[in-house]
Amino acid sequence: MDFNDTPEEAAYRAKVREWLAANAKPKSDANDNLRLAEVLKRSKAWQATKAEAGYACITWPKEWGGGGGSTIESVIFGQEESKYDAPAGVFAIGLGMCIPTVMAWGSEEHKKRFVKPAVRGDEIWCQLFSEPAGGSDVAGLRTRAEKDGDEWVINGQKVWTSGAHYCDYGIVVVRTDPNVPKHKGLTMFWVDMKSPGIEVRPIKQMSGDSNFNEVFFTDVRVNDDQRLGNVGDGWKVALTTLMNERLAVGGGMGGTSVKDLVEMARSTEMDGMPALQNGSVRERIADWYVQEQGLKLTRYRTLTALSKGQTPGPESSISKIVSAKKMQDLGAFAMDMQDIGGIIRDPEISAENASPQEMWFGAAGYRIAGGTDEILRNIVAERVLGMPGDIRVDKDVPFNQMPRGK
Amino acid sequence: MNFDFSDDQKMIKEQVRKFLADKCGYAVTRRVLEGKEPYSRDVWKGLVDMGLTGTAIPEEHGGLGLGALELCVIAEELGRVAAAVPFSSSVYLASEAINLFGTDAQKANWLPKLAAGEIIGTLAWAEGTHQPTARNIKTSFAGGKLNGEKLPVPDGSYADIAVVVVSAGGKGISLAIVDLREAGVTRETLTTVDIVRDHARLTFKDAPAELMSDQGNGEAQLARLLDGAAVFFAFEQVGGTEAAMNMARDYAMERFAFGRVIASYQAIKHKLADMYVKLELARSNAYFGAMQLNDQSAELPEAAATARIAATDAYCFAGQENVQVHGGIGYTWEADTQFHYRRSKLLSLTIGSPVNWKNKLVSCLEARNAA
Repeated sequence: MDFNDTPEEAAYRAKVREWLAANAKPKSDANDNLRLAEVLKRSKAWQATKAEAGYACITWPKEWGGGGGSTIESVIFGQEESKYDAPAGVFAIGLGMCIPTVMAWGSEEHKKRFVKPAVRGDEIWCQLFSEPAGGSDVAGLRTRAEKDGDEWVINGQKVWTSGAHYCDYGIVVVRTDPNVPKHKGLTMFWVDMKSPGIEVRPIKQMSGDSNFNEVFFTDVRVNDDQRLGNVGDGWKVALTTLMNERLAVGGGMGGTSVKDLVEMARSTEMDGMPALQNGSVRERIADWYVQEQGLKLTRYRTLTALSKGQTPGPESSISKIVSAKKMQDLGAFAMDMQDIGGIIRDPEISAENASPQEMWFGAAGYRIAGGTDEILRNIVAERVLGMPGDIRVDKDVPFNQMPRGK
Repeated sequence: MNFDFSDDQKMIKEQVRKFLADKCGYAVTRRVLEGKEPYSRDVWKGLVDMGLTGTAIPEEHGGLGLGALELCVIAEELGRVAAAVPFSSSVYLASEAINLFGTDAQKANWLPKLAAGEIIGTLAWAEGTHQPTARNIKTSFAGGKLNGEKLPVPDGSYADIAVVVVSAGGKGISLAIVDLREAGVTRETLTTVDIVRDHARLTFKDAPAELMSDQGNGEAQLARLLDGAAVFFAFEQVGGTEAAMNMARDYAMERFAFGRVIASYQAIKHKLADMYVKLELARSNAYFGAMQLNDQSAELPEAAATARIAATDAYCFAGQENVQVHGGIGYTWEADTQFHYRRSKLLSLTIGSPVNWKNKLVSCLEARNAA
């Protein structure tokens, strides 16, 4: 057992390091609070540089602007890239979920038109699935599209759309037939986010921050050739997108690590001595360390399979279940250690620049986003352990006859 | 990145798994549970015949000369079936102690016999219902004679030799070897929560013994021995967790309540998902422990503690919740759920409690951060 690269991997890493040293900018604190326009400008410039050299979408075929490389090469590049100021966040959803959907279901014309510009970072995509009435049960969505000649007219509302305010295009799943059971009446389209009738409003989260949008559709007209897949196949198409979502969301969110917590406990007084000497503090530090280390090492097991050219096992499905709750608990406990002072959420005053407070707020959303704790447990039970799905009372009921709440 | 066992190691694992599936079903272990045998003699003989007791013992002393990684895959399979054999005592504890810290004469004398399964060894450490520490060990060694009382000693009712943790007369502790078949040793079998695994009270009255090392080195030696054992036991716990999880899943897929299989209820599915999450965290941490042990890394204490904590958490959870998923039938004597319920608790305490290992882990983290 070892964590070393194979000779081929080592050669690839050396090549990547050399290229990054010549082309990427070093990390800098000055970039923390950039305005959106500047973030977009820098992100697009860096994406174009990578695409030029074959380092954007490394696993995609070269004919689509990718690198024609392996998954392990993509991982190695990501590891090395993360040491630099290399902004890629705005492309994560488009390249992680939307464009793979276009590649799987779009016409040749769509693919020619959209894939390369997205890889180069010229165009940014968002995903319009969740609705106020359909989160975990996204197939319960109500936004409708009605056929009008060669066009469809979309009306309704989407929520939790990351980046909608700066995206050029989006994929949207809508109800085209309310007279059939819910999964059968959906259809997927791509839309131009500048279309008349699309209105993007920021959502104010419970933390007071705004990282997501709601998107209103009022008589938005799309052409029938913007359809991805057949009419009524929208759920099948959406599954392509969602299969990629957990990979995109599962990465964790940083914040105070267990190592940071040890330092905090060393310097925080509790009951007249350093908190680190308190038995209950020590026990919880140990528990979180075991989880943090366990997740890191589980990734190494997945990478080992990739490195050997094998399909990884299902072990990575535990990642977000563990990391989201740990983030919430660790944040809460780091606040507890500061006693009543833990309520202060001010980077100037709070320990760790108020990172525990931000983690505690952020985790409440992270436990829901991209598969709730509960849905992810269902997925482990059903897909990994082979247990049966839930009994669905709405399975054979036409959508417009389904019981609905407010 | 090569964070996995080799094909050869996986082959050993598969062989052991097949042997145990064939010869060490719960019905076999139940004979020990019901007092008809002290341990599963046929299973033990089979393991010895396969050479597994000598896995990590050097060839010059009659072993196979393999390493920690091979022992880890064997441990996982023994844990899976909750086997009733003295493998952990004789191999992870006694043989490892002698191989690591014995004198040349002691190695030459005892290791070939342990490798060949001619004798069974154990570690006599605890002295009652409290954590044994370097300061509170009372069993004494002086003038070649051992005096004191050890309990609970695993496999103490029939082990042939024991490595004994003794007080070094105000200078910490030492390790000594005693032949339990000699005069001055009395044994009394104890009632424990896992009666499938024998534990005894050993009383020494001027029992002839030999020190394994210079007086006073014992504390570091014991810590190293327990770190290794923590990794091996973690693999047993991983195997046991997977078995308990599968037992719960299989039962839930067959049992109907309120008109449908109980496996279709989220309350049951989420419990099983939680078992899987803990299992995978435990497995990954156990692999890292194995790697550090095999590499004789300075990070072993931290990795061993991490492996042990994760594995203990996983197995205790799966052992308990497996009974819960079964409902009333799972609480009966006839049910096989009890094997993992009992074993998970035993393994969580056998080389020190979770609280103490967590405390030790945080001490490692403190030292590392400070460095």
